[in-house]
This record gives sequence, C-alpha cells and structure tokens, in this order.
Amino acid sequence: MSRDGRSALLFVLPSLVLVIIFSLYPVIESFRLSLYRLILTLPWLGQKFVGWENYGDLFTDPVALRSLVTTVVFVAVTASFEVALGLGMALVLNAAFRGRGLLRALVLIPWAVPTVVSSQMWRFIFNDRYGLFNYFLFGEQTYRYLAPLADPELALMSIMVADIWKTSSFAALIILAGLQTIPGELYEAAGVDGASTWQMFRHITLPLLRPALLLALLFRTIDAFRVFDLVFVMTQGGPADATNVLQFYGYKKSFAEGMIGYGSTISVVVFLLAVIFSVFYIRLLGARVLERTGRA
Amino acid sequence: MKKFSPVLATVVIGGFSLLPFLWFILTSWKTANEITAIPPQIIPSFHWDAYRAALQEHGLLKYMWNSAIVAGATMLISVAIASLAAYALARFKQRWLGVYLMLLLGISMFPQIAIAGPVWRILNYLGWLNTYQGIIAAYISLSLPFAIWVLTTFFKELPYEIEEAALIDGCTQLQALLKVVLPLAAPGLFTAAILVFIHAWNEFFFALIILTYPAVQTLPVGIALFPGEYTMPWGEIAAASAIATIPLIFLTLLFQRRIVQGLSAGAVKG
Repeated sequence: MSRDGRSALLFVLPSLVLVIIFSLYPVIESFRLSLYRLILTLPWLGQKFVGWENYGDLFTDPVALRSLVTTVVFVAVTASFEVALGLGMALVLNAAFRGRGLLRALVLIPWAVPTVVSSQMWRFIFNDRYGLFNYFLFGEQTYRYLAPLADPELALMSIMVADIWKTSSFAALIILAGLQTIPGELYEAAGVDGASTWQMFRHITLPLLRPALLLALLFRTIDAFRVFDLVFVMTQGGPADATNVLQFYGYKKSFAEGMIGYGSTISVVVFLLAVIFSVFYIRLLGARVLERTGRA
Repeated sequence: MKKFSPVLATVVIGGFSLLPFLWFILTSWKTANEITAIPPQIIPSFHWDAYRAALQEHGLLKYMWNSAIVAGATMLISVAIASLAAYALARFKQRWLGVYLMLLLGISMFPQIAIAGPVWRILNYLGWLNTYQGIIAAYISLSLPFAIWVLTTFFKELPYEIEEAALIDGCTQLQALLKVVLPLAAPGLFTAAILVFIHAWNEFFFALIILTYPAVQTLPVGIALFPGEYTMPWGEIAAASAIATIPLIFLTLLFQRRIVQGLSAGAVKG
C-alpha cells in the first residue's frame, strides 16, 4: 500500500472499527441467529440450528404479513403527503416577503421536537373524551366522540397524521435547497415571453426540481420505513395489530417475547427491504458523490 | 410564482407548525379540570404544579442529566472521530475511500431493528447494558455516517492552498488537520455537532432497549414510559415534554441557518 494509502487508513480507522463492530457485524450476526431457534423464556431448548425454518414460519405468519402491508401503507401515504406538503412549504419559503426568516424558523419546530414528545402530544389531541380532534369534529356533542387510537379503522390514520406533522418540514428543506439552485433568469425570460405563473411552475420549476423531489421522497421513504417511536407511544401496535409496523413487530418478538431466532428473521427481512430502497437512493445520490471523489 | 398572499401563507404554514405544539405546552400550566374541559379552555391559569410534580416526583432532573451526558459525550467523540475520517475522505485520492463513503451512506439507512439484537448482545457481553458508555458507544456508531458525510462536504469546500503551504513547511497531515483545517472548518464542525447532539438527545429506540434502569434512562425513555395506566397525568407529561424540548427549540431558532445548511448539504438522515 502506498504511503498515502496508509495514512488515509490511519485517519479512517477509528470510525471503521466502530462501524464494523456496531453496524456491519450485527447485520451478519442477525442473519446467523435467524437460522436458529433461540427463545430466552425457554432456555432449556438451547440454541438449535433450524435452517430456513424461521423464514418459512415468517411467510405464513398472518401477523407478519399484515404488518408488512401496514408498513407499506404507512410509508406510501406519509411519504407522498410529506413531499406534497413539503413542496408547498418550500415554494412559499422560497418567495421573497417580509417575515420569511421567521417562517423558516417556525417550520423547523416540528423537526426539532423529539418524536416521543410529538407522539404524546398527538395522543393527547386524539384523546377520546377531551381531545381537540373530537372537539373540532363534533363540538360539544360529546356522545359522538371517537376514540381514534382504540379504533382499528382510525389508529393508523392518527399515526400517519402525527408523522406528517413532524417530518413535512424536513422534506420542505430538501426541496427548498433544490429550488434555490434554479436560476432566476429562467423565470425572467419566461415572463418576457408571456408565460403564466402556472406555465412557469409546470415547465421550469417542476422539471428542474425533479432530483430534489426524488431525494426528499427517498429520504422520507427510508425514514418512514423504520417508524417506531410513534407506534410505541401512541398505540403499542394495537388495536388488534392495526398499527403493528415491521420495526415494532420485530422489537416485540426479540425484546418483549425473547424470541431471538424469529425476531432476527424479521430483522433480516426488514434489512433486505431497506437495502432495495437504499440501492435506488445510493444510485441517485452516489452518482453525484463519485463525480467529486478525492480532491476535486 | 408571484400571485400569493404572504400573510395567508405565513398563517397557514406557521399555524400548522406551531399550534399543535403550543397547545400541548399550554396544557402544562393547566389544572386537571382545565385539561379535560369541554369546550376546551385555551388560556391556562398558569399553575406550576405539573412542573413541580414532574421534577420532584418523576425525577425529571435525573433524566435531563442523563440526556445531557449521553448527548454531550456522543457529540464530542463522534465529531472528533468523524473529523479524522472526513479529512481523509476529502483530501486523499484513494479509490477505496469512495467505496467507504458509499458504505457509510448505506449504513445510515439501516433500520434500527436490523442491528438491535446483536448490538444488545455485544453490550451485554461487555457488561455495558444500563451504562453511559454502552449507550454512548452505540450512539457514536449510529451518528458517525451522518457526521462524516456532513464534514466531508464542508472540508471539500475549504481552499487547499493554506494547508498545502503548511505541509510544505514540514507539518504532518495530522498537524495540518488540527492546526489548519479544523479552525477553518469551525462553522462546519459546529453544524455537525449541533445535529449530532439533537439526534442523540431525541433518540428513543436504542435508549429503550439498552437502558432499562430508571437511574440511567434518558428523557425520551422517561417521557415515553411516563407512569399512569388509567388516568393519564397530561399536565405532568406536557411539563416534562416542555422541559425536554425547549432547549432544542432554542438551539434550532438560534442556529437555524446552520441547521438548514447542514441538513441539506449532507442530508443523510432525518
């Protein structure tokens, strides 16, 4: 190895060691454990090699399949709403007006609030006896009040609302960064040619904003895929597994029920699903990085 | 886009962002009767009982102390380790460094559950469950990909000439990093540090599985597991939430520009 190569390795080494111990090895270990039957509450069974049996069980486990569907619905709905709202917010935040600085600061508040806090906040708002949600819908007709978090039809929607409130501003920031790279001359030229606002948006803003929109969509997809805090605080996966998303199901199996082998199988499948998203993402963002590898 | 009403837009977007949280914070100053009132009582009577109860009966100070130590140590160590790596990634021309950056990008997207079990087993093996060093070690590794990514972006933007002069004058690369690059990159370091701190302060999943003793638990765990099965002590939960969040709101409003810059420059993570 060249002298430069050796010094580069020395600089990178501390981070590399930590990443190997706490990120790469755990993924491999999860895969190994997924081939075993290991149940902490039944220690006398020991650790028995069962091959792909856990995977067979997983694909016929109705709770797991439901959990997959729930997760996909959650990801699809929240990510698309967040990007749409984020686009709206970014367009406003990019316009020049008095008070823009204040507004840019205000939209960061949901982002800064810990997810656990926003979960408790929405749980309070969705309360079945005195929640603001019910008051807005039914006023003082308390006999009509709903219990959104205890209703299988409404629980997932409630959690999606909480997620959209918390993370739309993050999507807005990504999209705003994209908007700021569009040269103003394009709009001036279009204005000279008599283009309407809508035509400018449709033929200048949207096409040039495509990479930023895609990036925001991917960030939100990957992040929504690992939703946990909201579910833990607001519903504990209930009622009747209506909000039992994959990360929560895996947590429950591994840590609440001590089913290490089966829990690891869920981990591996979640990991593989995340890898599929990540490949898209790395191809999108990675191309840009590779262009400027080293000292450009 | 020209035809829009700034006032209306500000009210709608600002209201959406601020009002739900403001409503929850107002709850912390209400009495039990005011909290459950229909129609809702908007203006509280400004009782501080919920804060007193949260601090004295629920040990909120201890959770804050734990959070401050964990997030503070994570921030310092993570930024130090990330600076070393980012320097190499920004300055050396090795092919494998590009691969390493890709690897970090991939790792930042791991769902926590994919690594949680084995991380728990490693910490258990070391006897580090329910310790500061256990959760800090996990948090450092989790925040490294993001910190390295942000710092690499910042380091690449620095002019190479001053550093080159230092190297020609006989500085080692480590000295060049410490004496030339880091002072120049101070704003970038600061940005990375704030973002790592906020992330560690807010993290819940790993804190939940690694810290099971109340004596070492952080604020998010304390707030998520707030006792009260049948009647929720909403005033106290809101008071605890306010105390956990106000420092972050201050940080965010104060360093808004830097945070936005850091998130959009190296946005690897929400």
